[in-house]
Amino acid sequence: MREITLSQAVNEAIAEEMRRDPTIFLLGEDVAEAGTPFKILSGLVEEFGTERIIDTPISEPGFTGIAVGAAMTGSRPIVDLMFGDFLTLVMDQMVNQAAKIHYMSGGKLNVPMVLRTNMGATRRSAAQHSQSLHAWVCHVPGLKVAMPSSAYEAKGLLKTAIRDNNPVIIFEDKLMYQDKAEVPEEEYLIPFGEAKIHRPGRDITLIATSSMVQVAQQAAESLAQEGIEAEVIDPRTLVPLDEGTLIASVKKTSRAIVVDEGHRNYGITAELASRITEKAFYYLDAPVQRLAAMDVPIPFSPPLEDLTVPTPDRLVVAARAALKGELPHGA
Amino acid sequence: MTIPNISNSETYLRMYRQMVRIRNFEDNANKLYLTAKMPGLTHMYSGQEAVAVGLCEALEKTDHITSTHRGHGHCVAKGADFQQMFCELLGKEEGYCRGKGGSMHIADQENGNLGANAIVGGSAGIATGAALSAKRLATGAVTVCFFGDGALGQGLLYEVMNMAALWSLPIIYACENNLYGEYTHVSEMAAGQLKTRASAFGIDSFEVDGQDVLAVNDLAQDLVVRARRGEGPFFVVLNTYRYHGHHVGDINRAYYRSKEEEDEWKTNRDPIKNFAHWLIDKKIIDQQDLTEIQKDIAAEAEAAVIYALAARYPSEREVGDHVYKI
Ligand SMILES: Cc1ncc(C[n+]2csc(CCOP(=O)(O)OP(=O)(O)O)c2C)c(N)n1
Ligand SMILES: [Mg+2]
Repeated sequence: MREITLSQAVNEAIAEEMRRDPTIFLLGEDVAEAGTPFKILSGLVEEFGTERIIDTPISEPGFTGIAVGAAMTGSRPIVDLMFGDFLTLVMDQMVNQAAKIHYMSGGKLNVPMVLRTNMGATRRSAAQHSQSLHAWVCHVPGLKVAMPSSAYEAKGLLKTAIRDNNPVIIFEDKLMYQDKAEVPEEEYLIPFGEAKIHRPGRDITLIATSSMVQVAQQAAESLAQEGIEAEVIDPRTLVPLDEGTLIASVKKTSRAIVVDEGHRNYGITAELASRITEKAFYYLDAPVQRLAAMDVPIPFSPPLEDLTVPTPDRLVVAARAALKGELPHGA
Repeated sequence: MTIPNISNSETYLRMYRQMVRIRNFEDNANKLYLTAKMPGLTHMYSGQEAVAVGLCEALEKTDHITSTHRGHGHCVAKGADFQQMFCELLGKEEGYCRGKGGSMHIADQENGNLGANAIVGGSAGIATGAALSAKRLATGAVTVCFFGDGALGQGLLYEVMNMAALWSLPIIYACENNLYGEYTHVSEMAAGQLKTRASAFGIDSFEVDGQDVLAVNDLAQDLVVRARRGEGPFFVVLNTYRYHGHHVGDINRAYYRSKEEEDEWKTNRDPIKNFAHWLIDKKIIDQQDLTEIQKDIAAEAEAAVIYALAARYPSEREVGDHVYKI
């Protein structure tokens, strides 16, 4: 099968959907001729014109709010938010407006929009361009949150997001834009709320999101050499969450580690670990562990920055400890 | 004042009726609060009727508005029905939003009301997006974005006005300057001229007496036609006054505005009273028929309140509905 980059996958998903549905348009900063600073959208303006690939001023709350209103009135906008860190700027529009409009109107209005943005550290971009803030929006009922872990997932999830009738936020790891994966030429969609088991295993469950799936895969390979069979699961969407697949896996393996690149405090790993203890407590042979970004602003200095994110090595150490019963207060 | 055009009699009387309907609605809402029959608080529109009615009468049903926390007037003016509105205020199943929105979130999509908004300035994006949709989908619809003087402090407004101007969107930004944001005078919150904020973006800006429904409507008619022709956006400052407190619970107001000031507006600048005098003066209607109109509306409001008080609350099963559209 052909291989394309995550960036190309995103581009294809948008182009295919825009060809299919004329009510879709895309807006954001430097999205048209520039094709975004990451060059993800190159070529789209040539095909769809500036009427549908719309360059905006540097006004994140403004153009996000405009997307909300357009979505309420017959359009299906895609917002390009240049950095995930700028989520803070659009929170009122996403949280107080987009997320609540369907509910507050008793089901009369709805907001079929997609906010595409990114996440991920180790690009040496320092504290304001390196955060993974997806937990912030996962907390808000009314928003859906997708976390593609490869080019394949990125394309299928984005196409589904565009067709969804609700506000969806999709986080692409900016370090993965050039990563290639097999992506079929034929059209496909990836349904929301269906986790993917990337690698089956009987000894321990590694639940990983976005680029942490790669981390988990690498850890699983090292562990396999030691005779430890790790199961790697990617929830793919955090909202809705395929709890069933996660719980079933943990019931089988009796051990779990959750890996996510958001901060550890009050984050995704805490939520998933809590669900496992609620639903699979009596099956556990070790405490559920969490690997996440350190609770510090992301530092610029490379040796410091590298300390802040989960790595395959740290995950291997954690998995071994779980298997050997070496965890404090462990079974 | 405007020279009457007798062929417009129906329009004049409809505007009068709509203003009286808003005043009646609010008097009843206030009563519901004071008698502890309404959950929460609400913000009265009384005094500002000519703004909502003058603007909305220039719109078609398919045109859009976005509204504010002080939104009952906009909602009525855009064609909403008392019964569903009172049901919503009381959290009842038959309310416009099945009781899930309440006073500050009434939306009436069928009549083009995209909803009240409890975030000051929060609907500026939505309104501008509706205008962008209308332009892109060539529906011909115009959007009126209502907001108060207080919203001039919100950055969102300037971001979207800039884009509306860049993209020539069919939208009218209607700034209702009722002189106060909560308990603070506009002069303490907004530096410089209000109108020139929009002129800076090259947006045609106007200021109008918001107590004069004909002046508001004349301007609105003109701007709506121009917006449909692609000449938008526009910005209008409508000078007006709210008669009640910031919300129904704001009773003692002497520390931020004088009784004399309130009396001056209520006595000499009341939009309904002044329009009634004009209608009689121009022989469009006589006092007796006006009184009939008032009585009919009072009866309509009373019946709607009685209906809403007796109406059912939504079933508890509905609490989880409408989080996501299926
Ligand atoms: C973003 C935001 N800040 C503060 C508030 C609290 N608040 C509600 S109404 C209001 C005053 C608004 O004044 P104005 O826009 O002039 O509208 P008016 O009440 O006069 O109709 C304030 C500060 C809010 N709802 N939203
Ligand atoms: Mg005000």
